[in-house]
Amino acid sequence: METKNELYKYCLRLGDDALILGHRLSELCSKAPFLEEDLALTNISLDMIGRAQAFLKYASELSDNFITEDDIAYRRPENEYYNHLITEQPNGDFAHTIVRQFFVSVFEYHFFEALTKSKDKSLAAIASKTVKEVKYHMEHATDWVVRLGDGTEESHRRMQIAIEDLWMYTGEFFEMDYVDDILLSAGIAVDKSLIKEKWMKEIIKPLEEATLILPAYTHMQTGSKKGIHTECLGHILSEMQYLQRAYPDAKW
Amino acid sequence: MNISKIETIISEIPDPEIPVINIKELGILRNIECKDNHYTVTITPTYTACPAMSFIENEIRNKLLRVGITDVEVKTTYTPAWTTDWISERAKQKLKEYGIAPPMHSSCAMNFTTQKVTCPHCGSSDTKTISRFGSTACKSLLKCNICKEPFEQFKCH
Repeated sequence: METKNELYKYCLRLGDDALILGHRLSELCSKAPFLEEDLALTNISLDMIGRAQAFLKYASELSDNFITEDDIAYRRPENEYYNHLITEQPNGDFAHTIVRQFFVSVFEYHFFEALTKSKDKSLAAIASKTVKEVKYHMEHATDWVVRLGDGTEESHRRMQIAIEDLWMYTGEFFEMDYVDDILLSAGIAVDKSLIKEKWMKEIIKPLEEATLILPAYTHMQTGSKKGIHTECLGHILSEMQYLQRAYPDAKW
Repeated sequence: MNISKIETIISEIPDPEIPVINIKELGILRNIECKDNHYTVTITPTYTACPAMSFIENEIRNKLLRVGITDVEVKTTYTPAWTTDWISERAKQKLKEYGIAPPMHSSCAMNFTTQKVTCPHCGSSDTKTISRFGSTACKSLLKCNICKEPFEQFKCH
């Protein structure tokens, strides 16, 4: 397969997005504001870790080395992770958790819907499962955006701050590099320029309903495609990789 | 041993989280093949992270081991993606009797907020959603406004 190396990297990116945000959300287990929300956020986390497993397993099959999805998940250094910067941002207050979920899940819904049409059968299969799950994540986040944005003065204030803080990480969703370009011309990857318009349209409506506004600034953070991350990722990895690093090949 | 006999044996495996229905009724068991006494059983997860998959795989091996079949490969497939449409009518009835509102057609997932779910306890359709996410990945949490009982619904998927 001519595009094998690019496809491997594409799988890492998709797997890492799910793995890192799944890990972030798992931090809320038993700490969410109330029981139902605890169930919701950890269910979303579980969906994501399952998705990470599927993409990283496929990556391990594409790799020339004899590695498993666990090796990929737990034994890479920080600069070999390719998750979007927004997925590694801290949970913060509930407003930050929700705004992050909102931006990510609306993007993921449209992205995976498009990926179901990929010529790569494995990617299309994982995407067709994922899109059904993400639909729930998106509705969950959208409901909260409206409820909190159009809620009390305090909830509105916090939501607006979260939007200001996280908006700068949304530009990365639509970046295309050589991996995307090569796979796009092979009919495998998604054309993210087409997703951008849908995403914008879909986030504006609930934000308006929630009386929230988009920030005035246009500067966007970037780096994850090259393995350049914010300070947050190192902290996640130190916890996530600890066991496999301290006790290589440890099994339950 | 012929395939239909194998199928009967494997079909006895209950879903670990909803033991009233088995893996065939739930649509997890997709295919069984046999070539030169090598058996390939294909299963599909309800959700990508369904924690029951490795349990089900072990159960399949155990069941077949008990009838002397050792050369077994259990494959997991994601395609076609599992849908609640594969749950048999009989299984839906069993879910209801077990206290879980069965899923409707998978397309109802498209308008979650407007769907009318019937209470499995009293049969009223005056119910409200407490949380989209329940005790397992495949269920939502609801409450009946008439009998006041909380209940779970198998999510349309």
